[in-house]
Amino acid sequence: MNKNFDFNKPLKWVLIVYAALALVGIIIGVIFGVKLDTNFKGGTVITYDYTYSDKVADINADDVKAVVTEVFGAESTVSKGSSIAGNTYTVTVTLAKNEAVTTENQEALSKKLQEKYPDNDISLYSSTSVNATLAGSFFLKALAAVLVVAALVVVYVGVRFRKIGGVTAALTALVALVLDVVISFIACVIFRLQIDMNYIAVVLTIFGYSLNDTIVIYDSVRENKKYNPDMKLYDVVNLSLNSVLARNIVTTTTTVVAVVTIIVVAEIFGLTSLRTFAIPMVFGLVSGCISSLFVSTPLWVIWKNKLSAKKK
Amino acid sequence: MRNKKARKSTFFIVLALILLLTYTAFFGIENWHGDTRNVYIKGAEDIRWGIDIRGGVEAVFTPDIAKSEITDEDMDAAQAIIDTRMVSQNITDYEIYTDKENHQIVVRFPWEADDTDMDPAAAVAALGETAELTFCKGASYSEDAVIFKGDHVTKATPAYDEQNGYIVALELDSTAADLFSNATKELASSKGQIAISMDGNVITAPTVNEQITGGQAIITGMADADEAQELADKINAGSLPFALSVDNSKLSIVSPSLGENALKAMLIAGAIAFGIICILMIVRYRLNGVIASIALLGQLAGSIAAISGFFPGLNSFTLTIPGIAGIILSIGVGVDCNVIAAERIRQEFKNGKTIDGSIDAGFKNSLSAIIDGNVTILIVAFVLMGAFGTDGFIIYKLFSLIFGASIAGSIYSFGFTLLIGVIFNLIMGVVSSKLMLRSVSQFKCLRKPWLYGGSKDE
Repeated sequence: MNKNFDFNKPLKWVLIVYAALALVGIIIGVIFGVKLDTNFKGGTVITYDYTYSDKVADINADDVKAVVTEVFGAESTVSKGSSIAGNTYTVTVTLAKNEAVTTENQEALSKKLQEKYPDNDISLYSSTSVNATLAGSFFLKALAAVLVVAALVVVYVGVRFRKIGGVTAALTALVALVLDVVISFIACVIFRLQIDMNYIAVVLTIFGYSLNDTIVIYDSVRENKKYNPDMKLYDVVNLSLNSVLARNIVTTTTTVVAVVTIIVVAEIFGLTSLRTFAIPMVFGLVSGCISSLFVSTPLWVIWKNKLSAKKK
Repeated sequence: MRNKKARKSTFFIVLALILLLTYTAFFGIENWHGDTRNVYIKGAEDIRWGIDIRGGVEAVFTPDIAKSEITDEDMDAAQAIIDTRMVSQNITDYEIYTDKENHQIVVRFPWEADDTDMDPAAAVAALGETAELTFCKGASYSEDAVIFKGDHVTKATPAYDEQNGYIVALELDSTAADLFSNATKELASSKGQIAISMDGNVITAPTVNEQITGGQAIITGMADADEAQELADKINAGSLPFALSVDNSKLSIVSPSLGENALKAMLIAGAIAFGIICILMIVRYRLNGVIASIALLGQLAGSIAAISGFFPGLNSFTLTIPGIAGIILSIGVGVDCNVIAAERIRQEFKNGKTIDGSIDAGFKNSLSAIIDGNVTILIVAFVLMGAFGTDGFIIYKLFSLIFGASIAGSIYSFGFTLLIGVIFNLIMGVVSSKLMLRSVSQFKCLRKPWLYGGSKDE
């Protein structure tokens, strides 16, 4: 490992790569659309009840999903359940609203399912349209929460790192955070994953993780600055980045390996719905490692140098 | 640098404590009297898994009043109260769909942990109760004599006093305080009664002896602490604008939304991931990695214990995917804490310090980075719990002032597991790692440079 790698240099290129990825994400998002969970944008929940026995086979959720796609031309989530009252079972289809659920195509769906499973006594049990009212206030609140966190972090880092100019450091750390969240979002768009509550949890995880990465770097800068008061900021930062590099790589590798394990096991068990959780998480974690090394601190060096140039 | 030598026994004491915590956190302490299971300490099997992992119950609520009288605002209000009731019972994972056109609220919530024969009808019925608290003049409930209702109660807390036994203490807002003061003044002269009722059923009807000013009231007649707690929770959760009825024949069981084997898969994935983390740590940091693995085990056990209701005062908590995300982040931070310290020790050792010197300097110099990293994560956890939890937190009040109440239990559960994880990280990663490593380094057979990151030939 080259102990004197210049981390400040590639800033421009790293930013170009991030911008290019964002552009690809936007293009794919515009062409194919971004999938939102029913909880966030409203939709329709259709439930059927049916029976099965030793002689008549159970229905298959994936097959139902295929039929729904055929009728509505849209993706859906399908879950099975059973009634407490007796030996009837239920299958619930959840569709997002813009898929224009009408009485006609609901009837068409019922008919198709009855044709496909003639012996299962499939009948419509309930059809519920879901309001998206939750979404608006939820997002506003989530945004407010993130802003409050950001403000508190700026205050904390500002105080704790006042010797090296903590407020500017905190602000460039936040820039890196935004990039990481963007990357995880792009992963969702590219892999055609639904934005749901799990994804919100992922964003928060990445937020915490990347923040921690950056704080560790600033801590090292603070220490190196103390021992080398006459060294240029550019060099102090490089020295620090080189000294925390091993820690960054080990920590990120460990966590990424853990999350990849979840992906692998989930795929073996056929739990595809865990993808909305694990895939954007991996991308965000990797980006968090890269952005704290190559974006937040180099950006901070440029800013600080501009500030001190002004003073002179 | 070293003040005094570490004792060899410290390692075994810390290790024993961690193993004890791990064992009890995972398996609990229980015994069987014939067919009854007595749980003294709740283990991992007592965790209430989220609907996404273990499935649950679905119920459809409909308002008990004429459809023409229901407004959209009523439906929103009803949903908000069901939200509050869910989160205040620590059921953070539920789905709620409000259908304003058909006047239905569909609620799905997870099974209770140990309840294989849980009565869904009872649980669901409790959710739909109006929970309307009224204070009225006279010995019995009468709509005409109502002084004020539960929405004027700003806070209800269960308490115990010598004279009345278990009570619920109420704080009234200024409007109710005035009404209460006037009513008690009027009733005091005739030694009249005030009936305090829940949904029209009188709980207690004390005789008024003197005017009560200051906006404080108590409800007496509680059988035990649980009953007082339950009533206080109900009052705090607010009352529904109308009673909700639920058609029991329409109750249904929901399969795990993640798939049938979700729980098994998550446990297997967790075990494998934890194993890999330990192997990576041990390969790179050798003896230090072994210590770090033990500390991480302790941290994980602590998180599990906090979720299962192991600790007195902490109720069990529904574990969902966002909750697991919180655990992953906190374990990630825990790994990081050990990595930072281990890297430091390795560096100090390579720079020519002695084994003892490296260990002391390594922990000392890595502390500020660890503290700063953990505090920023704590900030995240606190704000999330405040923003999306029930009104136990001051921050929650602040947020609901700005945006109105919108409770998202799954985000609250992320904040909770994160908070617990970070606290245990500080105990395990900072304190116990140091104690253990300083102690094992006293063993002669473990004083080989290779074990601390030096080369094998030294």
